[in-house]
Amino acid sequence: MEHIVIIGNGISGITAARHIRKKSDLNITVISSETKYFFSRTALMYVYMGHMKFEHTQPYEPWFWEKNKINLIQDYVEKIDFTNKSLTLKNGSPISYDKLILAVGSKPNKFGWPGQDLKGVQGLYSYQDLLELEENTKNGIKRAVIVGGGLIGIELAEMLLTRNYPVTFLIREESFWGNVLPKEDSELIMRHMKEHDVDLKTATELKEIISDSNGRVKSIITNKDEEIACELVGLTAGVTPNIDFLKGSDIELDKGILVNEFLETNQKDVYAIGDCAQFKQHPKKERKPIEQVWYTGRMMGETVANTICGKRLAYNPGHWFNSAKFFDIEYQTYGWVFNTPIENEEHFYWEDSSRKIALRIAYDKDTRLFHGINLYGLRMRHHAFDKWLTEKRTVEYVLEHLKDANFDPEFYKSYEPEILNEFNLKNNTYVKPKSKSWKRILSFNS
Amino acid sequence: MKLLQKIGLIIFIIGITVFTFSPFIGSYKVTNDILKSTLSEQQYANLSEKLKEKLVGKRFSYTWEISSVFVNEYEFKNETFKNKHEWDKVMHDNPQDIALSITKSSATGFYINNILLFFLISFGFGVLGAIMYFLPDVILLGPPGIKNNNIYRRPSTNRGLIAYFVFAYLIGFYILLYFYPAQLTNQILLVNPLSLLLNGHPASRWFLYGVLYCTVMLTMAVRMYIKYRHNKYQIVRTTSVLFFQVAFAFLIPELLIRFNQPSMDFKNAWPLNYSFFFDWNINNLLNSGAIGAFMLFWGIVLTLIIVPVFSYFYGKRWYCSWVCGCGGLAETLGDPYRQHSNKTLKAWKFERWIVHGVLVFAIIMTAAALYTFFTNENTLLGIETYSIQKAYGFLIGSIFAGVIGTGFYPIFGNRVWCRFGCPLAAYMGIIQRFKSRFRITTNGGQCISCGNCSTYCEQGIDVRWYAQRGENIIRASCVGCGVCSAVCPRGVLKLENGPEENRIIENPIIIGNDGIKLNL
Repeated sequence: MEHIVIIGNGISGITAARHIRKKSDLNITVISSETKYFFSRTALMYVYMGHMKFEHTQPYEPWFWEKNKINLIQDYVEKIDFTNKSLTLKNGSPISYDKLILAVGSKPNKFGWPGQDLKGVQGLYSYQDLLELEENTKNGIKRAVIVGGGLIGIELAEMLLTRNYPVTFLIREESFWGNVLPKEDSELIMRHMKEHDVDLKTATELKEIISDSNGRVKSIITNKDEEIACELVGLTAGVTPNIDFLKGSDIELDKGILVNEFLETNQKDVYAIGDCAQFKQHPKKERKPIEQVWYTGRMMGETVANTICGKRLAYNPGHWFNSAKFFDIEYQTYGWVFNTPIENEEHFYWEDSSRKIALRIAYDKDTRLFHGINLYGLRMRHHAFDKWLTEKRTVEYVLEHLKDANFDPEFYKSYEPEILNEFNLKNNTYVKPKSKSWKRILSFNS
Repeated sequence: MKLLQKIGLIIFIIGITVFTFSPFIGSYKVTNDILKSTLSEQQYANLSEKLKEKLVGKRFSYTWEISSVFVNEYEFKNETFKNKHEWDKVMHDNPQDIALSITKSSATGFYINNILLFFLISFGFGVLGAIMYFLPDVILLGPPGIKNNNIYRRPSTNRGLIAYFVFAYLIGFYILLYFYPAQLTNQILLVNPLSLLLNGHPASRWFLYGVLYCTVMLTMAVRMYIKYRHNKYQIVRTTSVLFFQVAFAFLIPELLIRFNQPSMDFKNAWPLNYSFFFDWNINNLLNSGAIGAFMLFWGIVLTLIIVPVFSYFYGKRWYCSWVCGCGGLAETLGDPYRQHSNKTLKAWKFERWIVHGVLVFAIIMTAAALYTFFTNENTLLGIETYSIQKAYGFLIGSIFAGVIGTGFYPIFGNRVWCRFGCPLAAYMGIIQRFKSRFRITTNGGQCISCGNCSTYCEQGIDVRWYAQRGENIIRASCVGCGVCSAVCPRGVLKLENGPEENRIIENPIIIGNDGIKLNL
């Protein structure tokens, strides 16, 4: 029987393993140096915050792996011999494979800052990073500086604030997550961060990290030559594929492991999925060659499982969607909303009086084609927008049927009238909300 | 703010300490009149001689000095009668209950003369201190939102020493309440004035329990209102359970007593209300005129029509987390412990056996009770029907629902009874699973498997298992508390009632991946 070896037990690798098992009796081995069991990386923050214990982040009980005959090895792969199809492990004896899936994930970016390897300077990606953060803060700290204004940065800020450690947040751009979020959206999040006492410094870069006499961080200096005393520096300026161990081997690399649309590398029977994969040409032209998102990792895992089991399948992600939570404000997005309108595009932005709930819709000025939606503090049905995007609905159609998409808990205030009112005022239209229809909602799923 | 919390905590501790240690500050004097008024003629005839010698005229500092003498004497006499085969003289009441009547009437001195003062110090300080402790959270917790911060870092909510202390305290309280009520004499006396005011009779131990239940729920509801102030579902639901507890479980039954009517909690449906079809209850209702007949009729309609119909439309949540008293306490006092329910598959298997086992037990017991009611035969298949009732009352009514049900909160989560023991929940669960419009909808492919939903599910449902597969959650045990939806950081879960069509998704596909169209 063929032996499928998967390196990496994150969402991509584990999804691949599960789907291969569903479709076949192949031998499956998953190797990870991080942890024995799969856990949800996105949930590590909740462990530090005391919402959960680490074991709660594991979606499957230990018996699951045995029952499904998925062999788990906790070890570090040092080298891959692609010619002889074998792996050298740090501790265990070598393992040979028939097919290999590289799902090795990412590591935090470090841009060569002076002092970036000092004690008390760290990223936040792996389980080991979580342990390091506990260690770095075990005696309490007076201030932390976070460098990098994206999703991991704001999560780290939230984590530290639950333990009442003051946080200074350096953002290189003019506003938070500015390469993704439009101005008002970003400002809404920044207002909320300030409400949580985050000391925000926009358009500010890290210049240098200063050491104390023990090789531990004592302060940082910004590009504006301001010195900020701190005991912890969080480097959260994005992540980069974790492929150092492959350098010098025959596998074709760029920033990540280069793959075609079938997730195949240049080596026979070797595939790469998830954070570490880089498309030579992405099957969807509007997408970036490296997708470091939970959901895309999962989809690549599903896709490669088909290929492994004999049904060669190209990666074909559907309409873009994503989500996050910024302190107390939930964010969902469906379709594409860029930080500035694309050609011939109009953005409609609405904010409620609390200035914490908002919605932004991108659409074509002439054809009225709906492009995408950003939601803050509002929950909406994924199925609804997936369907509407496929059916190429207009912005007016979407607004008219917004109540069908509403996914907020029962008894929550319904904002549709306000939203439509504002849209009508701005556009001189007369769109009226239709009442919720279960018939239409059920048709989303078909 | 923190200071205010600390002062609140101190005041609360003073209140609960006075409440807990009140048995040590009383004095009791038993008189012959008290014996005459609390004992039946038969009991007086059997026991008065020895009791006069050992109890009457003496002053005691502790209730157990009286109750132990009384219970010993009572049991000794009964033994003697049995040995002599003098069956007509054997007494059939619970000596602990009678001991309580004696100690209540015998209280004397500073404590009983200042009972209002002690009521204010115990109940008043307890409530005031707790509210002072909770209120600053409006500011301390920061802007509204899910704030489960440090729950797993505190000994009180992470099975630390404080949790074990609360565990022991609650279990101790329930054991005294059910089996040694005389030892709670001074606590019962605290609510005596309130009882006289409401129902016109001196307080019973169940009146104390009712007052405590309402007080604890009201106080802990303040905490719920603050914690979930951003979540209207939680606010409305908490208000609903509070209303049904205070009005239906407490005030209406007490007022019915005042007007010499049979007391009834109109929302308490059989088989949770397991004694409803016992012959004494049916006879009592049948002998109480129109109102009694209505109560009997209502009780039957509640179980046979209202419960299944409402469960069809709204799932069992309409009862378990909107109406029920057990659920009400679990959702208020128990909320800090909801994360301790066991989520393993093993626990789920155990749950299905035991909760349906209790339902079968309740049905058999009730069938036997009705058999006795209609035929006047006391035995069925050689078993005394009364003994089945007694066994159920002891094992399920007292031990499971009370001692384990509430006592286990701090260690095993707040819904141990509702999940593993409640026969009504089992009954509604079957409806919810197979014929209902209720479901928790999973929002497409948005789940990130973080585990907050499963962790905070008080019923031990591994919500994530379904959510991460894009599958709706249809589980018999779900009480619809809505907390999984509340704690989800990505807006993945929604409790809703809708058409039965497509409620259960057999082979879900996670949308978002156009390459995968079928789950095969």
